[in-house]
Amino acid sequence: MYPEDLMYTENHEWIRVEGDVATVGISDYAQNELGDIVFVELPEVDEDFGQGDAMGVVESVKAVSDIYMPVGGTIVEANEDVLDAPDLVNSDPYGEGWLVKVRFSDESEMDSLMNAEDYQATLE
Amino acid sequence: MSEEREGMQLTVKEPLIFELSSPGRRGVRLGPLDVPEEPLDALIPAEALRDEGPGILGVAEVDVVRHFVKLSQMNHGVDTGFYPLGSCTMKYNPKVNENVARLPGFANLHPYQPDATVQGALQLLHETEEYLCEIAGMERATLQPAAGAHGELAGIMLIRAYHEDRGEDRDVIIIPDSAHGTNPATAAMAGYRTVEVPSDERGSVDVEALRAIVDENVAGLMLTNPNTLGVFDQNILEIAEIIHGVGGLLYYDGANANAILGYSRPGDMGFDIVHFNLHKTFGTPHGGGGPGSGPIAVVPHLVPFLPAPLVDRGEDGYFLNYDLSKSIGQVRAFTGNFGVVLKAYAYIRSHGADGLKAVSADAVLNANYLMNALKAYYDLPFDRTCMHEFVLSGRKQKREHGVTTFDIAKALLDYGIHPPTVYFPLIVEEALMIEPTETESRETLDEFIDAMIQIATDAEEDPESLHEAPLYTPVRRLDESAAARAPVVCWAPRGDADAAGE
Repeated sequence: MYPEDLMYTENHEWIRVEGDVATVGISDYAQNELGDIVFVELPEVDEDFGQGDAMGVVESVKAVSDIYMPVGGTIVEANEDVLDAPDLVNSDPYGEGWLVKVRFSDESEMDSLMNAEDYQATLE
Repeated sequence: MSEEREGMQLTVKEPLIFELSSPGRRGVRLGPLDVPEEPLDALIPAEALRDEGPGILGVAEVDVVRHFVKLSQMNHGVDTGFYPLGSCTMKYNPKVNENVARLPGFANLHPYQPDATVQGALQLLHETEEYLCEIAGMERATLQPAAGAHGELAGIMLIRAYHEDRGEDRDVIIIPDSAHGTNPATAAMAGYRTVEVPSDERGSVDVEALRAIVDENVAGLMLTNPNTLGVFDQNILEIAEIIHGVGGLLYYDGANANAILGYSRPGDMGFDIVHFNLHKTFGTPHGGGGPGSGPIAVVPHLVPFLPAPLVDRGEDGYFLNYDLSKSIGQVRAFTGNFGVVLKAYAYIRSHGADGLKAVSADAVLNANYLMNALKAYYDLPFDRTCMHEFVLSGRKQKREHGVTTFDIAKALLDYGIHPPTVYFPLIVEEALMIEPTETESRETLDEFIDAMIQIATDAEEDPESLHEAPLYTPVRRLDESAAARAPVVCWAPRGDADAAGE
């Protein structure tokens, strides 16, 4: 349920690092707690964010939640597909339901993130 | 008839009124024309004439009456059943308020009448303002805002005007993590940045965390006390001191004022601005037919900033006073929702000071009665004496039996009870926020307790049945996701789906 190759935040975002670009989404736990997601708002390409900044919004039938940047950097791509089909975040949170790709600026910020095992421990 | 269905009300699927239409059928037939007929295009310019008829439905009077009476029977309101919707104070609306609002001397007034001809109405506005100020511990109030969130916006605009008048540029409003969603929305709408302050383990504002985030950029703090957990923040004087210490102002969200009438006053707690929801605390209709009313009351040094006009008394009687030196301007036409203020006036006068104190005492007693009866069956994350409402968690039912708070809410419908507020406040997992209000009898409260205990038992023994609920409502479980993802908001005739707006 929590893939080993990802890192996680306490706000339930995940990131996958490839070179100097990281893909960001929300965890299976988060999508399950939120329930059916009906609306997603994402930042524009080239926008800059610091670590922990609110960069987008997910709205479910239960609640509206901010999405926070696991690492600081510049948005290089936003997932247009989830804007049209927000249910992808529910059905495939680590795959087609990814949210943004960010070119990160400071690799040391990764130190504050959790691996799958530690993240799972925070949920129990 | 099966045993299960016995005693249940027959529910009939009711089509839309558009679907009841039959061409040529009418409710009214006019007599023959007894004046000379003129061609329409001789009276109205061609460009203002429509090409087709207006599409008036073909329905008889009896069709219309039956249709809307059936719809009203499918509805649930405080006149039909228990409605323990937390933070919304769905209290019974005494009918004397309606009688007073229908008195011709009030109902037939026009807002453009000269002051001299509406002295009674102006006196009523003035006295309602005085009563609200006395209850809040404030100096003056505006009755203009049309709802709680509107009052919040007017209040935050006052905060901005106050700081600007002092030549100060502050950009932060502090909001607790248990706040109503309208609080951060209001602050953002008014151009402020919001900073969240966490709750401590007792459900109050974490005072040390607050101390750590305040500085001279803080324009104000928005707080409801008791808060959305139904917990009275015992540190409020210290909180006020911290905010005032950096030059900020305190805004009181009055959504939970039903707990404090005559017992404590926001002004004495250190607040500078207070809004009341007349449609929550003062017995006027809430939601649906409303409309609402969200007066705000302020401390003396904010009076010059209030929206004009205020109703004042001069040598010639009551008058609308537009002479407020630093007014943020008018926020609502005329004097606000006059009819609603009138009903609240009737509520206050018919209860009197002792009656209002009894309202809060009974509201708090009822909530504690329910909380103590239910805490053996549902988790109670903040287990302390509550005020007018409390928050249970359905997390035990979810973890052990896969029954969510959503299922519990739907199951209550089959008992003829409106569910509590669910999934709020956000800091409680699977939250069920319950506010019984003061008017409910011991018998009604016991019925609710029995229903909640039965649902907890069903969750253990037959969880599947709860996923199916409700069974006996006019419509079963609605597809909320589809309604949010692909709403169809325009009606189109059958077979003409393309014309329906998505």
